[in-house]
Amino acid sequence: MSAAIETRELNVWFGKGRDRVDAVRDANLIVPQGTSHGIVGESGSGKSTILRALVGLVPTVSGEMIIEGTSVTTPRNGAFYKTVQMVFQDPYASLHPRHSVDQVLNETLKLHGFGDREDRVLQLLKDVGLGEAFRFRFPHQLSGGQRQRVAIARALAPQPDILLLDEPTSALDVSVQAEILNLLVDLRAERSLTYVMVSHDLAVVAHLCGEVSVMQNGVIVETLPVEKLRRLEADHDYTKHLLKASADTGHA
Amino acid sequence: MPNSVPNSVADTPTSETWREWLNTDTPRSRFQARMGALWRGFTRMTSNKLTLFGMLILVFLVLVAAFAPLLAPHDPYAQDLGKRLLPLFSDGHVFGTDSLGRDILSRVIYGSRITLYIVALVALIAPVAGLLVGTASGYFGGVVDVVLMRVTDVFLAFPRLVLALAFVAALGAGIENAVIAISLTAWPPYARIARAETLTIRQADYIAAIRLQGAGAFHIITKHIWPLCVSSLIVRVTLDMAGIILAAAGLGFLGLGAQPPSPEWGAMISEGRKFILDHWWVATIPGLAIFLVSLGFNLLGDGLRDVLDPKSSSDD
Amino acid sequence: MTDAPLLDVKGLNVTFPTRDGGIFHAVRDLGFTLGRERLGIVGESGSGKSMTGRAILRLVRPPGKVIADHINLEGQNLLDLSERDMRKVRGQRISMVMQDPKFSLNPVMTVGNQIVEAYRLHASVSKKQAKQKALEMLEAVAIRDPERVFRAYPHEMSGGMGQRIMIAMMLVPDPEILIADEPTSALDVSVQGDVLRIMDKLVKERGMGLIFISHDLNLVSAFCDRILIMYAGRVVETCEAGKLHEATHPYTRGLLNSLPRLDEPRERLDVLQRDPSWSA
Repeated sequence: MSAAIETRELNVWFGKGRDRVDAVRDANLIVPQGTSHGIVGESGSGKSTILRALVGLVPTVSGEMIIEGTSVTTPRNGAFYKTVQMVFQDPYASLHPRHSVDQVLNETLKLHGFGDREDRVLQLLKDVGLGEAFRFRFPHQLSGGQRQRVAIARALAPQPDILLLDEPTSALDVSVQAEILNLLVDLRAERSLTYVMVSHDLAVVAHLCGEVSVMQNGVIVETLPVEKLRRLEADHDYTKHLLKASADTGHA
Repeated sequence: MPNSVPNSVADTPTSETWREWLNTDTPRSRFQARMGALWRGFTRMTSNKLTLFGMLILVFLVLVAAFAPLLAPHDPYAQDLGKRLLPLFSDGHVFGTDSLGRDILSRVIYGSRITLYIVALVALIAPVAGLLVGTASGYFGGVVDVVLMRVTDVFLAFPRLVLALAFVAALGAGIENAVIAISLTAWPPYARIARAETLTIRQADYIAAIRLQGAGAFHIITKHIWPLCVSSLIVRVTLDMAGIILAAAGLGFLGLGAQPPSPEWGAMISEGRKFILDHWWVATIPGLAIFLVSLGFNLLGDGLRDVLDPKSSSDD
Repeated sequence: MTDAPLLDVKGLNVTFPTRDGGIFHAVRDLGFTLGRERLGIVGESGSGKSMTGRAILRLVRPPGKVIADHINLEGQNLLDLSERDMRKVRGQRISMVMQDPKFSLNPVMTVGNQIVEAYRLHASVSKKQAKQKALEMLEAVAIRDPERVFRAYPHEMSGGMGQRIMIAMMLVPDPEILIADEPTSALDVSVQGDVLRIMDKLVKERGMGLIFISHDLNLVSAFCDRILIMYAGRVVETCEAGKLHEATHPYTRGLLNSLPRLDEPRERLDVLQRDPSWSA
């Protein structure tokens, strides 16, 4: 079986000439189907940029990106967006302020050419743990956790195989974070999804993912199974440094 | 349909349930959600007394224009040289008569139609043109942006009234041409606003999210960017309306707008100017009408800004 | 803590009118004392923790209202002071470090001038003395090249550097109490530790009182002596930082259990069941 996601020598940069910044350098990533892969790093390490490059939100890219055995095309086609979807970091910024939950989901379903949208909207809301009562609310009538559930429902609407999660809980309170993480675990089991999750929080990544890549200054310095991370057995100095900093601030 | 003006029956028992229906946090239908949002905007706007006052002035203007034939005591074009320049509160002529013996009240009433006509046309043309240019420019960026924005700059570089004068001179005097001239000079600021808004909206995660659903540029601009730009444009248009009315009146005053004997307020002031010292009311009454309507638009614009500005309303 | 408390707050209430005519209680009947120690205030968003810090400095903007039995700073009730006297308390006796240094530093003034200005506002010293003091402070917050940073503009600084500068600026007038409102939430983990250690060291050396406001239970327990846990405007539990794992209130337990842990994997995380009686 081919990998869900594979990148070969992926480079991403911004600007040109003297102002060129290499955000990601020679990133090789292999995520087998049905598994979850975490990417950790500090701000500016390029961890979110990898996700944005995968879905085509960053145009200046070189190298190869292979999704379920086929190289991606630029611009991405409809079939790609039926396979890969993304959940963004800030639920307050990822929902259109003037669109109700119903509008958001309906529009997404329509763009992907689904019929029977009424039933699907209700089913999606149920799947992410929101009742029918939320259907016609606007984002400002929802809490942060509820908004993130709507964003997850939107990502699930085209029935993708792969979900890219860009710090999906970092803007939420810890108790809400637990609810969203549980939801993600349940959805993965129900729909046999493949996750790639980006986070700065080692414990959150370890909770959800089986394998973790550590990024520093645009380079993946180490990829290790989560068991090794839990035993604090990192090979690379930077990973050790991250583990120590995490322990220092009380996040054992 | 329970949406028929719920506030007009504030004391009946049903109004309470309607209010609940509108204010609920859990709307049960698309229609209810939309009505609720409208209702909240309406209550917020009318809670400010000045805004309410501005709105009343404009409602009054629309009613006067609609029922002009019923309200006007005389024919606005009927001349009676025997009764020329009658003072205020003369028999049958509350606001007196002008130099040709025409009833000023009737002329001001009919003039409201011309003012509304100008306002409506400019409000349709200028912001829409600005919205199209600005959002396209902001969303696509690159060459499109450069070309469109330089064209905008060219239009912005001309003084407004002078450019309008030039257009009218080229197209010929008349009210339609005045409207076109004003619109042509009024759109660039809207394009600038729409572009600036688009530049920030374009970066937002919700635009990235809809791109990931395979939406094209046209879909994103019309369904996602326009609704957010429109509110600030509406505010700006409302605040600009006073200036537009004055520009139209100015063109009329210079004889380049509405042509006599049409009862356009600016043209009326121009006619009254000759008698301003002895017969002040001939120019003053249409001047007051212009003042009142401009004030109405400004007050309403201020209130609309509070309601529609996405920065203040999205996070409540 | 042998001497009288630095700060003694009793019966603090902060209320806001809501749009539909009701009243929203951001803080209810809050009381605590602060000695020369590090006190953590922890809660989720909307728990009233930040509002508490602002209320002490009387920085709650109208229509918000602050009512309290007393907010005593070394026996002096801050609620009795005029706005003019209050300005002398802010910065000079109680300082505050906010979450994001980007919004707290003036972007068009050099870092050095901002510190000098902050100092000279409170102490009548010559410019030269003030500069000397500013350089000392920059050194105290572990900035390696204070002369260079003194001449730099805020945008040339990283987030961690900016926050150290903020701390330097706040500590320059030798306040008795430092209120730090999420001082490291905008920073990376590895920088967080550095900034906190510096803050901790300075507070200890100078015998100051520290109020550390954060959403992060673990972080606070690692850096404070005592913790207040707030929920819906109330303190639901007070405990010694070292004995956090012995906390008894269901809310505190719920918060602790809802965190994923690196050392003990779990299939599902415990979800906090909110009990309405906690806020009653």
